Amino acid sequence: MTLELFIQYLFAGITYGSIYAIVAIGFNIIYNTTGIINFAQGEFVMLGGMISISLLPVLGLPLAIVAAVVITMIFGALLEICFIRWLVNPGVLRMIIITIGLSILTREAALHIWGESIHSLPYFVGNEITSVTIAGARISPQVLWVVGACGCMVIILSIFFQTTSVGRDMRACAANRTAATLCGINTRNMVTLSFMLSAGIGALAGCVVSPITSTAYDNGTGLAIKGFTVAILGGLGNSMAAVGAGLLLGIIEAFSVHIIPLAFQDAIAISLLLLILFIRPHGLFGSRSAGLKEF
Amino acid sequence: MALLELRGLHKRFGGLHAVNDVSFGVERGLIKAVIGPNGAGKTTLFNLITGTVPASGGQVLFAESDISRKKPHQIASLGLARTFQNIKLFSDMSVLENVMVGLHVRSRTGFIGSMLRMPAGRREERRLRVQALQLLDRLGLSDFADCEATSLAFGQQRAVELARAMALQPSLLLLDEPAAGLNIYETAEVGRLISSIREQGVTVLLVEHDMSLVMDISDEVVVLSFGKKIAEDVPQSIQQNDEVIRVYLGE
Amino acid sequence: MRRLLPICLLIGAVVAVQLVTEVSDTRYYLTQLTMAAYYCLLIIGLSVLMGYAGQISLGHAGFFAIGGYLSAALTTHNLIEYNQAGLVQALQQLGLLVSTQDIYGSSLLVVAPWAAALAAVCAAALIAWLLGIPVLKLKGHYLAMATLGFGIIVYRVALASSYFGEADGISEVPPFQLPFGLAVSGDFSARVENYYIAWGVLIIGLILLRNLIDSRVGRALRAIHAAPEAAEAMGVDTARFKLKVFVISAVYAAVAGVFLTHYNGGIGPSEAGVMKSVRYVAIVAVGGMANLNGALLMGVVLSFMSLRGVFGTYDDAVFGLILIVIMLFAPKGVLSLNPLARVRATIGRRRLSREGG
Repeated sequence: MTLELFIQYLFAGITYGSIYAIVAIGFNIIYNTTGIINFAQGEFVMLGGMISISLLPVLGLPLAIVAAVVITMIFGALLEICFIRWLVNPGVLRMIIITIGLSILTREAALHIWGESIHSLPYFVGNEITSVTIAGARISPQVLWVVGACGCMVIILSIFFQTTSVGRDMRACAANRTAATLCGINTRNMVTLSFMLSAGIGALAGCVVSPITSTAYDNGTGLAIKGFTVAILGGLGNSMAAVGAGLLLGIIEAFSVHIIPLAFQDAIAISLLLLILFIRPHGLFGSRSAGLKEF
Repeated sequence: MALLELRGLHKRFGGLHAVNDVSFGVERGLIKAVIGPNGAGKTTLFNLITGTVPASGGQVLFAESDISRKKPHQIASLGLARTFQNIKLFSDMSVLENVMVGLHVRSRTGFIGSMLRMPAGRREERRLRVQALQLLDRLGLSDFADCEATSLAFGQQRAVELARAMALQPSLLLLDEPAAGLNIYETAEVGRLISSIREQGVTVLLVEHDMSLVMDISDEVVVLSFGKKIAEDVPQSIQQNDEVIRVYLGE
Repeated sequence: MRRLLPICLLIGAVVAVQLVTEVSDTRYYLTQLTMAAYYCLLIIGLSVLMGYAGQISLGHAGFFAIGGYLSAALTTHNLIEYNQAGLVQALQQLGLLVSTQDIYGSSLLVVAPWAAALAAVCAAALIAWLLGIPVLKLKGHYLAMATLGFGIIVYRVALASSYFGEADGISEVPPFQLPFGLAVSGDFSARVENYYIAWGVLIIGLILLRNLIDSRVGRALRAIHAAPEAAEAMGVDTARFKLKVFVISAVYAAVAGVFLTHYNGGIGPSEAGVMKSVRYVAIVAVGGMANLNGALLMGVVLSFMSLRGVFGTYDDAVFGLILIVIMLFAPKGVLSLNPLARVRATIGRRRLSREGG
């Protein structure tokens, strides 16, 4: 393998890996405040892409993306308020089934609004053949957009959680919900907020990646399972590790094209997921005592 | 040799040394009580004996065989039954069915036999039902046989749990705070029940907070404090033991 | 008597429906009712896994597909060019192969349907067993994701391998000859016959599962579901029991796949899709998880409506909606909304113990 090809694969891996990482962080944010795995997480990414594509002719690219993110956030908040907020002490099985139902409804609604065909946003800069050269390899500038946007999101999120009072309240919620309630934090609002945040970052990721991967109504399931793989790989609830795990999975997938037919590529992530679940369910970077104790 | 023998048992949870080098034996036919202040490691000790939690070190011998590496269901099938501090009955099942689950290791019909309803399986099913009803009768619970177990009063639920454990026909019965949440009359009743269980030749090891119950019924008492055994003797001597008094009353 | 009554009622209903279609000249409904019966076979198996053993599986379409695809592939792939190979000759000696001719007159050598079916079901059982050992140690979300992942792998493999016909699936699967001159096939003239075969298979499956639930094993399973730690303390080997139920429910799914594939004369990758698995979970949930009759009733009604195209392009959406509504408002199933059912259950149980005492 030449160095150029190597770098090309590497960047392809990083692009996909960044998206997986964002989906995984979305899982983690909701998991931390509620203990729920939101199976509809992948649908947020799809919605972000689809809505921005529809709004593009009206608002222009930057505004369309902003509007798509805001609309998806509102959608996320509505999901929580309508379907999850008022349940008293629901079991894990019940929550799984409800979020699966939500993901199906979202997907089917998308199918009826946007149809079966594949849509995509235009490249933010130039077009499909524009490229920048990095170490002799030609990389689409959109890749830099994806990596940049995801990087920014991770940084902004960690600043948000570490320094702002709302962020600290959410972390308190994650650490001990009962104690947080006793300290006067409105945990219910924190849960709604976590759904909004997850939806927002998912939607933004869906927008920036749309020119490269295109958006179709049924993108969500695949992304959800890969995002979950990454979340598990990093240890559920650990967002920084999710970034590393996301990049790892993206790069493994990119290079595996060499060995395994493209059609089986999804199977790699899933086999990895099964493998991780069997041998280290607390994640590659997680500690043994955390992880599974929630269940 | 004692029926149950603990040898240098250790359990650490991270930095917490919940059970620290505990050794004692339970002779056949005795009622032995484990007492100690809150957090002394009594429940952890039970969980180590029944295999619910793996030990960090040491050995548990039951009827001369090492059970420290065995799984809870294997230990149960050797004849070691237990009850739980926070009652764990099977919800959505009747009292009778709960006790019949207790007879699980005393029966053997498997998946295929059950699906095909072989004659042997049906005979066994009838036998289990009769045995379970007899057991309920002995504990005065036969009127509740068809009630949903978790719908009973608290004291009755404890009795059902005891019946379920006895169904296993254990040689050793572990009772985790059998009198917790009961009033003095019910507690006295439980005391009589435990004594009658011993009369049937079952050895009993119990953890209990109610001192009067412990002093009334037990033959020997072990005192734990911060995971360590600080005393082991007959009840009368334990009551005179300076260190035990210090631990319980503070200085 | 109490055990036989529901079964007798069911048999009566099955016959009555057939007679009604005969009289009203609506025999075409039998086709969907036959298919619905096979789906129900999978659904009652899943109901035992989810309702009684408390384990969710989002990969049951995978087991269905393993059964259907293997049976289809083995009975359609021509082995004539490997005629000289030792393995093929050995199989032929054992009577596991049949030679026929296709419509163009060239000779075919394929695995006999019964042998193929047996191999397919055994393969599904083996895969369920191998998958179950690690997967059933998981709980909640992890189990859901792991089984979902398994389903997706099966779907991908079916879609990507030429042996399984890629996106087209496998067609022209031959009829499955049963004893007494019966055959599972979509042949027009055998429609009534196949209706009874399907419902016969389903009723046998139902009786076996009812027996299982009403036994020592069933009690142990419900105990595991209600209080796993206490079940373990009573000597129930929870891991082994869960694994066995998982295998049994996978076998039910595979058998359903085998029969339906021979009935339809083919199978496509959509049968392995995630949406199918979710649909089965939805039907079990509507029926009330630990309620075989409910699962059966809902399975027939919803599968039949779906197959008749009642939901149109909203087919998947309907099942998504069902999932949400049921889980929000009636997590014990629609039948639990009926207060009569509760009373009847209490009376039934009382009588049950009186018989024993």
